[in-house]
Amino acid sequence: MNDIRTIALIAGVLALLTLATAVGQFLKRHPDRGLDPAAIDTFNLRLRGWWIMCTVLAVAFWLGTTATVVLFGLVSFWALREFITLTPTRKGDHRALFWVFFLFTPLHYVLVGLNRYDIFSVFLPVYATLFVLARVAVAGDYKRFLERTAKIQAGLVVCVYCLSFAPALLQLSINGPTAESRNVNFRLLFFLILLVQFADCMQYVWSRMLGRRLVAPAVSSNRTWEGLLGSATSTALLAAVLWWAAPPFEPWQAALAGFVVAIMGFAGGMTMSAIKRDRGVKDYGTLVVGHGGVLDRIDSMCFAAPIFYHITLLVTGA
Amino acid sequence: MLSPADPLPPPSAQPSLASQGRSALCRAAGLSLATLARLLSGSSVRWIASQPDTCQRVYFANHTSHLDALLIWASLPQAVRELTRPVAAKDYWSRGFVRRWLAQEVFDALLIDRTDIKVHQSPVDLMLREVGTTKSLIVFPEGSRSVTGEIGEFKSGLYYLAKKRPEIELLPVHIDNLNRVLPRGEFLPVPLLSCISFGPPLWLERGEAKLDFLARARRAVLALKE
Repeated sequence: MNDIRTIALIAGVLALLTLATAVGQFLKRHPDRGLDPAAIDTFNLRLRGWWIMCTVLAVAFWLGTTATVVLFGLVSFWALREFITLTPTRKGDHRALFWVFFLFTPLHYVLVGLNRYDIFSVFLPVYATLFVLARVAVAGDYKRFLERTAKIQAGLVVCVYCLSFAPALLQLSINGPTAESRNVNFRLLFFLILLVQFADCMQYVWSRMLGRRLVAPAVSSNRTWEGLLGSATSTALLAAVLWWAAPPFEPWQAALAGFVVAIMGFAGGMTMSAIKRDRGVKDYGTLVVGHGGVLDRIDSMCFAAPIFYHITLLVTGA
Repeated sequence: MLSPADPLPPPSAQPSLASQGRSALCRAAGLSLATLARLLSGSSVRWIASQPDTCQRVYFANHTSHLDALLIWASLPQAVRELTRPVAAKDYWSRGFVRRWLAQEVFDALLIDRTDIKVHQSPVDLMLREVGTTKSLIVFPEGSRSVTGEIGEFKSGLYYLAKKRPEIELLPVHIDNLNRVLPRGEFLPVPLLSCISFGPPLWLERGEAKLDFLARARRAVLALKE
């Protein structure tokens, strides 16, 4: 029964991606349709990203929970790299950063892998924060002390702590037949990723179609109130339609989760836009030439993962 | 290879076999260090209006970190790398067994004595004698690592190199963000993203004054910043 659901979900996504790829390639071959060629290129690029993402996820899922946690750990590491590269640091931050990268980030993911929610939920927000404050103070450079430590802390929380709630979904014990619980958990994680990506797309589509009022023109020139509302509603609808894929949810609970995920994803996008605007770059990919921007891809995910995790916790009554 | 006066490592029973093993070991060490350095510094490599080539060149770069020479060396394709020798300070790189081994055997570095420069034995003459007509060099014309991150004035060695061997291509290289990966005085790296840009070659113009040439070379490195 459960396996049929998994297969249905995967087959549905694959069919959708194949269809979208076919459309994208058709539009590329026939440029005389009056569509913006740049938009088509963006669409095709985005699709390629999804194919890669799906392949990597599929391999990680197939290898098991540990592999998936490690995968998310590597993504966090890379995102934090981009985040800290973008924000100016001083020499006095060097030692603190070394421990942040090579001790706190890996150790946090080890705790996630061991399912120690009691420790990993406070490890970074409390202990890493205290460590960074103290280490930077001991390094002896007090110039803009709070600003510098806040930057490191923000990077840690967004890139590492928040994102790690996505693989932590695999560790939740969900009521139901235990034999299939592994599949159930992977489906839950996939459900979250699907909703986040869908919300991103819908935000773009609704903004393009009906977007009039920009939320914050100085921060983002394409995020509108209409896009936010449209994306939240359509994501809620999709989640309700796909409720059978996410085991602990009733349809209305799935819809609520979808709604909240869309809003949090929007918040993540806005936050990263604000940081990028402040630093004067367009996306994290162009930060250092030749690197694809991982942070651009996961900003909404980082913001949506913790709330989705906690909604699931509430629903399962754990 | 190793000079007889060198006390380390203990003499081997079969010197020929030992030296063969060493060279394979050095090669492996070089390759793994290059890979590690590139992973750690997340470096991307750009060739702007130039191509990697095995022709004789002098790569000159801004100097920000101990990793600079290693990373430029690692950014070159294998065939070019084997012909390229970094120029390094003798007082630093001949201290201790590990550093000496790395400099001499792994990177085949050309060690220059900064403290004892004689007129009849100038570093430029030494470099030119060592490279012959096939090898390339990596040099840092600022002389030492920049403290502020700004590119300092170039020392005159590059000019004399160009004057004595005007046919060698001088290739500007800009290293971005590596000073944050491993700043001066630190020994543990932070894995930020860095970028290495190779620019179009330049040569000494006929009759170009020393200061004009050095300023032009410095501008060529600065121009790669964007």
